[in-house]
Amino acid sequence: MSTSTTAQIEGPSAFPQAAPLELRHVCKRYAGQREPAIPDLSLEVVAGEVCVLVGPSGSGKTTAMRLVNRMIPLTSGDILLGGRSVLEREPNELRREIGYVIQQVGLFPHQTVSDNIATVPRLLGWDKQRTATRVHELLELIGMDPDDVGPRYPAQLSGGQRQRVGVARALAADPPLMLMDEPFGAIDPITRARLQDEFLRLQERVRKTIVFVTHDIDEAIMMGHKIAILRQGGQLAQYDTPAEILTNPADEFVAEFVGADRALKRLGLATLAEVELLAPNGLKPGANKVALDTTVRDALSQLLAAGGEPLTVFDEREQVAGIVTLELLGGLLGNGSLTAGEPASSGGQGGEPAT
Amino acid sequence: MIALAAGGPVIPTFGGGGSSFTCERANRLFCSSWLSRNWGPVLWPALRQHIVLTLIAVTIGFVISTTLALIAYRRRWLERPVLIITSILYTIPSLALFELLEPVPGLGLSRTTAEVALVSYTLLIMFRNTLTGLREVPDEVRDAAAGMGMGPLRSLLRVELPLAVPAIIAGVRIATVTVISLATVASLIDNEGLGVPILTAISNEVFKTELIAAGALAVGLALTADGLLVIIQRLLTPWTRAA
Repeated sequence: MSTSTTAQIEGPSAFPQAAPLELRHVCKRYAGQREPAIPDLSLEVVAGEVCVLVGPSGSGKTTAMRLVNRMIPLTSGDILLGGRSVLEREPNELRREIGYVIQQVGLFPHQTVSDNIATVPRLLGWDKQRTATRVHELLELIGMDPDDVGPRYPAQLSGGQRQRVGVARALAADPPLMLMDEPFGAIDPITRARLQDEFLRLQERVRKTIVFVTHDIDEAIMMGHKIAILRQGGQLAQYDTPAEILTNPADEFVAEFVGADRALKRLGLATLAEVELLAPNGLKPGANKVALDTTVRDALSQLLAAGGEPLTVFDEREQVAGIVTLELLGGLLGNGSLTAGEPASSGGQGGEPAT
Repeated sequence: MIALAAGGPVIPTFGGGGSSFTCERANRLFCSSWLSRNWGPVLWPALRQHIVLTLIAVTIGFVISTTLALIAYRRRWLERPVLIITSILYTIPSLALFELLEPVPGLGLSRTTAEVALVSYTLLIMFRNTLTGLREVPDEVRDAAAGMGMGPLRSLLRVELPLAVPAIIAGVRIATVTVISLATVASLIDNEGLGVPILTAISNEVFKTELIAAGALAVGLALTADGLLVIIQRLLTPWTRAA
């Protein structure tokens, strides 16, 4: 039943169509307003990467995102999806090619979960069998039982389940680009952390180009390959990898926005596996143990809790991998050897494509 | 003035002669013997006419008010003028409206005149309910529909109108019950429906069975129609009961 023409969730190579996105001198001025919401924004998103737009309210991050699928008309400049201007496209046809997830989800209350997910495939005129197969596949992809959840109405789901269905609906027609506007903003913190984790794992499999809007810098650091920090008035303050933004904030605004604990946040980007540990010789394994896939930040926290006593690091086969001390971690921040580029899901297999 | 002259025989039609009308002659409050004799010739045809009058009025009113609501949903400025006009129509006393319409060329004492008046009473309720129902569709639902590439007409037909169905049917229910009640008065104009036996009975000072029977039928018809509409709504909107 679930073998199909659309069985494309095997790995990155099955998604040749994830498209690069480029914003070229994009300007948006709302009628009747003196200052443009976005004066002049240019940025490029590599195919298959997550670009997070982050900034305080009034920084135009949602506006910038909605310009891409022409939910808001562009004043000037151009936006290229897969090298082709979105302005040349018929808006509805363009939108069917771009996954769209919003904070309030916007599931159709009068349709079942299955029908909601089938929205874009039906707009594209897929036949019944192909649509049904795809719906089934997506519900499994987001960890839901198709036979149980499929026939339910959105009102019968929890907030977290609704958000997952929203993501599945956006993925339905296998779009080359996804736009996500604070998708986890209205979810309680515990569920949000789980959804973020799930989302990163999902992205490892589907490898979409994603524009992700949030006001939460920690979420931006966790989700983004690259982060675009916007300031009030729609100006781009910095566009770089999370590690680079945390290490070298472009200016006062960025430094303040990422927070005084940016050194700690940087430690949260890497796991002990990426750190050159001290050799265990001479030291007998102590009582304080830590796993190799722990983030450096969490390891530091454990070191402090242990009163500065060294921790013994074990790998997944329970073998001693090395020793970590306060001095070692202190040195890391200074010499810039922590430059993790991939967002680390705390589930932890780094950036390896699923095979 | 149009009034009672149009209303057929004013003396209750006891039907036939002889000694079997003791109840009627004694002027008891309710005579079941009269009822069983007059169901076929008087009440059943009146009930059928009443149903037809109501169906026509509610259907035409539904088409007009839904059309206006759909236009006003897209063109906000239309809402106020439509509300003002339909409110005025709604507040005109029914007797006065019949009197006003009667001299209009082409109307006169006809079913058309009755329907014009009945339809005019349905407009405000159904227009306002449909428009409110459409406006209450959550913004994020509309946004999601547009963002997935539905286009305005598709979004309206597949998302917004279905979500407005509970409000729309609530309007149809009120309009239907109102028309069933007002259609009894419309008998003054077109001499049909349950209003005919009621008017006949009113003009008779003592014999009330006809009044009670026809009145009860009108109430029963209103309750039945309302119940049917509730069932229709439940069938159309299974999602409203999903908790």
